[in-house]
Amino acid sequence: MEIEQDPNASRIAGDTAPGDAGLRWIGKSINRVEDPRFLRGEGRYIDDITLPNMLHAAIKRSPHAHARIKSIDTSKAEALPGVVRVLTGQDVKEHANPLPSFSMNPGIQHDMIAIEKVRHYGECVAVVVAENRYIAEDACDLIEIEYEVLPAVLDPLKAREEGSPLVHEALGKNEAYSRTFSFGEVDKAFDEAARSVTVDLYWPRSTGMPMDTNGAIGDYDAGTGVLTIHANSMNFTYFLWLIAGTLKIPSAKLKIVPVVAGGSFGSKFFMHKVPTFAGWLSLMVGKPVKYIEDRVTHIVNNDHAGSDRRYKAELAFEDDGTFQALRIDCVDDYGAYLQFGVGTHGNALSQICGPYTIDHVEYSLAAVLTNKNQQGAYRGFGAEVSNWILERLVDHAAHDLGMDRVEIRRKNLIQADAFPYRTPTGNIYDSGNYPGVLDKVLADFDYDYWVKYRDDARKEGRHVGIGVVASQERSVFSSTEFWFWFDEPAFSPTSSPESASIQIEPTGQIVVTLHSQAMWGNSPETVVSQVIAEEFDVDPTSVVITYADSQHALPGTGPGGSRYTVMVSGAVAGAASQMKDKIKRIAANKLEAAEGDLEFRDGGVGVKGAPDKQLSLSDIAMMAYMFKLDLPPDMESGLATQWTYDHPLTTLPNADRSDLGMFYPFVGHAWHMAVVEVDPGTGRVEFLRYSAVHDAGTVVNPKTLNGQIIGGTVQGLGTAMLEEYIYDDQGRVLNENFEHYHLPSSMDVPTMTIGHQETPSPYTAYGIKGAGEGGRMLTPAIMSAAVEDALSPYGVRITSLPISAEQIVAWAAGD
Amino acid sequence: MSTIENQLVTVTVNGRTYERAVEPRKALSDFLREDLELTGTHVACEHGFCGVCNILLDGQTVRSCLLFAVQVDGASIETVESLAAPDGTLNALQQAFNDNAGLQCGYCTPGMLMTAKEYLDANPDGGTDDQIREAISGVLCRCTGYQQIVESIRAAASAGKGA
Repeated sequence: MEIEQDPNASRIAGDTAPGDAGLRWIGKSINRVEDPRFLRGEGRYIDDITLPNMLHAAIKRSPHAHARIKSIDTSKAEALPGVVRVLTGQDVKEHANPLPSFSMNPGIQHDMIAIEKVRHYGECVAVVVAENRYIAEDACDLIEIEYEVLPAVLDPLKAREEGSPLVHEALGKNEAYSRTFSFGEVDKAFDEAARSVTVDLYWPRSTGMPMDTNGAIGDYDAGTGVLTIHANSMNFTYFLWLIAGTLKIPSAKLKIVPVVAGGSFGSKFFMHKVPTFAGWLSLMVGKPVKYIEDRVTHIVNNDHAGSDRRYKAELAFEDDGTFQALRIDCVDDYGAYLQFGVGTHGNALSQICGPYTIDHVEYSLAAVLTNKNQQGAYRGFGAEVSNWILERLVDHAAHDLGMDRVEIRRKNLIQADAFPYRTPTGNIYDSGNYPGVLDKVLADFDYDYWVKYRDDARKEGRHVGIGVVASQERSVFSSTEFWFWFDEPAFSPTSSPESASIQIEPTGQIVVTLHSQAMWGNSPETVVSQVIAEEFDVDPTSVVITYADSQHALPGTGPGGSRYTVMVSGAVAGAASQMKDKIKRIAANKLEAAEGDLEFRDGGVGVKGAPDKQLSLSDIAMMAYMFKLDLPPDMESGLATQWTYDHPLTTLPNADRSDLGMFYPFVGHAWHMAVVEVDPGTGRVEFLRYSAVHDAGTVVNPKTLNGQIIGGTVQGLGTAMLEEYIYDDQGRVLNENFEHYHLPSSMDVPTMTIGHQETPSPYTAYGIKGAGEGGRMLTPAIMSAAVEDALSPYGVRITSLPISAEQIVAWAAGD
Repeated sequence: MSTIENQLVTVTVNGRTYERAVEPRKALSDFLREDLELTGTHVACEHGFCGVCNILLDGQTVRSCLLFAVQVDGASIETVESLAAPDGTLNALQQAFNDNAGLQCGYCTPGMLMTAKEYLDANPDGGTDDQIREAISGVLCRCTGYQQIVESIRAAASAGKGA
């Protein structure tokens, strides 16, 4: 098919074409330039920062999931020596506005501190500001609150029924939103297909769980009226005026300073509550205030629980295994608030049919509110869930047909000559060679060997199983997925830019300024250093990287949705192109050469074929700053450029939403294959082999990409095998610490082999595609498949996660 | 709430001896971070389960969040700040982590490094991968999936042998 690009879409301004084979630095496994400061313990995370006269805040959490606050007595807490101020919902009501929300639903109001009613266990009901954290926590215990406990709304299916208690009375119901999208002729395809499978599936609530919780320091300067907030998150610099709105201050008086974070995985994606809270506390007490979530608070109060979904899913197919149609019906338990609307389902619609040729899709969603901590973002943003659904359906279809699980997938793969490929929803897959990735993983994994191994082991009574799964990895979201659910959205943004500025100092030093979140475990500085080295032929370790605060930031969206490497590379390439143009003009003038004869080499610029005719970047920069009369006559002084790079390939949905447009078009592809041995007595799952091959377009740095793949895979393993928030029948979280909420340890995880295929994107700088979420897209599906295969003597069909050891033992015992 | 008098603690940290008056209830992790301004040691659960706050107390790893500062009176402590040379040059273990992508966000890294140091001091040849995995199993990392940490520790052992 042909793609018509919006003439307003960003053009790649770099000199290097996508997939250019002549890349010098992009593609090299250089060591991360971020590492040394972290290895020395000099990371300067949020809790490492101390301001003069700084106070500390701790919150009083609700012990109830749903209750009316009848009275709060803060007098004993206020009397404790060292306590500066105790604030409650009444103070929020008087001095602040509700928190921002993209739910576009005025009936769902979320405040920094609960006003009149708490809607989930762990919700903040009061805050203490004190001289230190110990005193603040002591004082929280002295706050006396009288509650009228209300029936907790916990089951999303019952929550939809007439007469259910309401989470938000102003909404008048608990089903915040529902819609069915239909693409193609779904009913007809199901009627005409020879076969279909229907499966009920459950995906449990878990969370990204970074080691560094969310935190911020507010620092109000009464003299200037500027409120500075140091925070370990800064996404969407063009939406930060919303935070100023909550705080009732002019947006020009708000300055957010991004601080490195010890991990996010979604839990710091547009993290607004914690910085807003710290800023508000500083406004209220007139001194700097630090607020850092402790682990329990992070678990029960961080606004970023992952998806919690019940599905009925159906796949129609022919006797030969050809897929025809997909029908998905989902009830999603969003918890007490709805900050991103139903964007996590918009996301899933970008790759709902996976790598397979399925032309007919129906997708129904009911977004239900309950008395639980609200959903936010978690690595995959909902697409990891839909991939599990799809791959489970494929395994069930293979089982139904008695067909090999690799062959049924291969039969339905989109072929390499079909790109760019328009999916039924309207989203585009830009490029790919899926059979190529499959062949590569089969060769690495040695599938036939392991099939024989499994069969032989089974004869000996051992429980060995194989899992094979494929996945798409959509990268670089545009903003339409948040609102195309609505026919007439109240607010329909279409931008998701990223910016970069380059300055070359008189010494020749290249300084790059980035304009969103500082590093949070990704490698923005390494990526940018490699791009700069590519463009200017300088040593990547020589580049200095800084981060703009929000008062100086150009539009930046930040990491998330596997977008950052693609977008920041485009931004740097754009700023570099402008910089190189200026340098060439200065050099051509000075060297009396044609601009076209110049090249960037050895940290400078010179005439091609003339090694002695060269100027260093310092020579150029000195002229640009000090020697105006050496510059071309129409040129101004200085050597700084900036570039804001917009999403290069996005379109609007159509009016009736039969075509959602292009909103997530740079699509990677991966296959994982694994062999496990299950001990039915203990439920332990041991890995005998784990092989992965990914295609993320042009690879910038194989070593760091491998790190993202392994880390994502293991995070998905946690989802598959260990992690789930357990709520009791009163809505209390029973596993609110690491003793009872288990993350994968070094003993629980495989040693993987990783291969890469590189199919560049035709639409991005250098052909890069995003890859940060890829691993987690596959592990839930592969563990389901492998454990199910291992337990096939017991006839087990895995339809819910996590696959706990207790569950495995129960299956083996025939329970 | 009655006021409890501060107690005097004398402790050697990274070769330097400090004398400080501290509240008896102050956690060692907070003492290191706040009183001694050694913020390289991080806390992630304050509960003894994640190992991110691991330090060496008289040569053995301990959870610094589970000790009170007053308990280390007279002891010798090593934290992540002890590893690099005074000019900032990384030691062999730190360099191996840099070379092998043994960190991403870096938050667990101090606990991981001190745990790896204890292991390598006892097992200079590096042992098996299973032994390395067991040695670091008490430190949780959410970024790496551990594989490149294991490779880093193995590489550090190899570098040590070559030296």
